[in-house]
Amino acid sequence: MSSTTFQAEPRGAVRRSSALASRRKIVDLIVKWLCMTATLIGLFFLASIMATLLWRGLASMDWIVLTEEFRPTRYGDENAPKGGLIHAILGSLIQTAIGTAIGTPIGLLVGTYLSEYARGSALGNTLRFVSDVLLSAPSILIGLFIYQLVVLPMGGFSGIAGALALAIIVIPVVVRTTEDMLQLIPNTLREAVIGLGAPKWKMITLVCYKAAASGILTGILLAVARIAGETAPLLLTSFGNNVTSFDLTTAMASLPIAIYQQANSGFPDLIEIAWSGALLITLGVLAINIIARLVLRGRN
Amino acid sequence: MGAGTAPKPVGRSRGIDVGDLVFEWLCRGAGFVVLLLLGGIIVTLFIGALPAFREFGLGFLTSTDWNPVEGRENYGGAVAIFGTIASAILAIVFAVPVAFGIAFFLTELAPEWLRRPVGTAIELLAAVPSIIYGMWGLFVVVPFVQMYIQLALGDYLTAIPLVGFLFESRFFAGTSLFTAAIVLAIMILPFIAATMRDVFLQVPPVYKESAYGLGATRWEVVKGVVLPYTRISVVGGIMLGLGRALGETMAVTFVIGNANRMPQSLFDPSTTIASIVAMEFPESLMGSLKQSALFALGFLLFVISFLVLAASRYLLRSRLKA
Repeated sequence: MSSTTFQAEPRGAVRRSSALASRRKIVDLIVKWLCMTATLIGLFFLASIMATLLWRGLASMDWIVLTEEFRPTRYGDENAPKGGLIHAILGSLIQTAIGTAIGTPIGLLVGTYLSEYARGSALGNTLRFVSDVLLSAPSILIGLFIYQLVVLPMGGFSGIAGALALAIIVIPVVVRTTEDMLQLIPNTLREAVIGLGAPKWKMITLVCYKAAASGILTGILLAVARIAGETAPLLLTSFGNNVTSFDLTTAMASLPIAIYQQANSGFPDLIEIAWSGALLITLGVLAINIIARLVLRGRN
Repeated sequence: MGAGTAPKPVGRSRGIDVGDLVFEWLCRGAGFVVLLLLGGIIVTLFIGALPAFREFGLGFLTSTDWNPVEGRENYGGAVAIFGTIASAILAIVFAVPVAFGIAFFLTELAPEWLRRPVGTAIELLAAVPSIIYGMWGLFVVVPFVQMYIQLALGDYLTAIPLVGFLFESRFFAGTSLFTAAIVLAIMILPFIAATMRDVFLQVPPVYKESAYGLGATRWEVVKGVVLPYTRISVVGGIMLGLGRALGETMAVTFVIGNANRMPQSLFDPSTTIASIVAMEFPESLMGSLKQSALFALGFLLFVISFLVLAASRYLLRSRLKA
């Protein structure tokens, strides 16, 4: 466009358009370098987080951290036994497992409903909207909700309250991936199954689920990774505990809460233990994420 | 079950199968559970907040008091509400240019073999738990802001005309609104970058090729073709990041300083709704006025983030349909 305007004035047109061309090239070059810098900044943060975690976390990581329960600080008493995080690891495993076990079937059914029964219907659209809002809603509010609903009536913090809060976080993650994966299945497959005389529910459970299995599994893995690191809702529901507990009706420890409490304790030895906990949880969460991606890629 | 349907062709012609009915209602029932969950969250937060709303009325929104002393209890939400919105908007200001750069790099500049690994690495940033951002922020970003920004550049920043006062602070701990915004910006960066990348990829190649054919540079193609084509979705992606930043709890709690004081500068400690709830709620007495005030803040946070997320969903709807 600009070249035509310049052709209208003959004097010096060539020189000016070449100046314009080089100016455009320079702007392009500057933007290119700015964008590469932006990408490097993003990668730098990931690298910085991982390096800090490995450096601080490995320094204090040992067998005791993985096998012992919480002990008070050794500050001022070198002979006192060192504590660990096993109570928190077990608590996290229990709550994450129960949360996933409760949330997954609900999420799976809702995703199925959206993809197979409610395409384009008003209820379906509302449901998709609500699920998306839940997906990004502040997780601490889910903690407040469960506090009012479960903790108050039960009279105190409990492991089951924590698991329920996590289950609510699992549901929208599973809904989203299940719906997406079921929609990728070609309609011809569905028609073939129905054409053989199978009822719709068998078409869904025996054929569609099987065809979308790896995608659905990816969703569940992502949900597990998401709740394994959740802290805020647990603070208001299972609260944390300094001993190993398998009793779902009392306060239960969890890795994120243990990290939170020990990192803010102010004692150097407890902060070190918090760092090894942080390393454990991050490696776990990132590993699950990468496995989830590989599962999905293996399918294609 | 299969044998049950086979011998009655009449039943099949009506197209009703008991299993079908059960399964469909199972799915629909699960859907109602999800609807009830959202409704339940709104209602329980509101019920919890009622005593505080009754006690303080609309003044709750403007009062900066936070006095838990018995008999003189007085709670206001202004500081937390301001801190929440200020830190989230500041985080957006920091994150959007970088996210745009990453999206541009991943869609136009990077060679094919580099796109997937870099894209995955950025997405993994979103997978890091918020408590890790909190710890990393406290032990890495806070000292950095304290030493290399506040102490090193503070005098120059306060000398800037008109906006200099934003950097004038009596607090030198490094935990501040500014630090919180930086950590938040890093946390929402992958969400915004991934949304931008996805919508950039949806621009029909013909449009871009036409512009390239006219001799446009890559930047001109993005500025003149890609951004105008995707601007609504880009704003939707930014709103999604904003919604995330508003409700982020643990990372902010670690680095914002948790002071219930109206910040006078970017380097002052402050608090947000989510972090004041996380800090004070577990210690508050069941059924106390303080607990109700925290519920009231939670209710307000829900309303704010619901509106932002709903707007984001609305703006991104064309992308969702595709």
